[in-house]
Amino acid sequence: MTITITRTLDLKGFACPIPIVRTAQAMKQLVASDVVEVLATDVGSVKDFAAWSKATGNPIVERSQDGGVYRFLLMKKG
Amino acid sequence: MTLTLERTETIPAVEPAADTPTGGLTIFALSGDLERTWATLILSTTAASLGKPVTVFFTFWGLFPLVRNDRGITGQVWMQKMLSFMNRGGTRNLPLSKLNFLGMGPAMMRSLARDHQVASPEELLELAKELGVKLVPCQMTMDLMGLTRDDLIDGLEEPAGAATALAAAEGATTLFV
Repeated sequence: MTITITRTLDLKGFACPIPIVRTAQAMKQLVASDVVEVLATDVGSVKDFAAWSKATGNPIVERSQDGGVYRFLLMKKG
Repeated sequence: MTLTLERTETIPAVEPAADTPTGGLTIFALSGDLERTWATLILSTTAASLGKPVTVFFTFWGLFPLVRNDRGITGQVWMQKMLSFMNRGGTRNLPLSKLNFLGMGPAMMRSLARDHQVASPEELLELAKELGVKLVPCQMTMDLMGLTRDDLIDGLEEPAGAATALAAAEGATTLFV
């Protein structure tokens, strides 16, 4: 399966709420169906991005973890 | 850029239920303490990032974080000036409610925050403005403390009163900090 990543946000190291805030800001620049890749190390971001997805309706297309780095693919809802 | 990805986990999108009210967040910021101001700014920037309309009503001690950091003593009459001297305005002068130790506590807290890449109150205040958080100074507090519009930072809503704050709280999640 091929997903086109529109933009990557490297938010490694940043604590709450910066990963969510920066992602929300980036989402405003995108159009429907664009996918943003977020890299974060904040452990809370796993639950926080789920909550963000629920609140905004923007789906989490994919979520994975590599060591201490959490990776999220977030799609702007159409 | 096109990447082929290995699918590790897929989370189905949770659409907000149609009947769920998409209420905003309204915070009454009464405290001028560092930790409470920090909490107010974290919650308001996060709520705005979740797509909620956010209003923060800054009143009493809570108004002082909105004083420009480059302002000296504020106030028109001696009591207001004395108050400003004892309780300096601006985000740079916020005390901790405990372990303040004449400002050493906040300095250490800010140092820890930097080490852990926790955004400072100054950064969060700028982000709040960028995200469209409505920052409303309390007019009555301004009159009482002798603060003018020029003493306060840019990017604020017009000063207003309790009725405006309560109207913004209608149907919203309301916090009193």
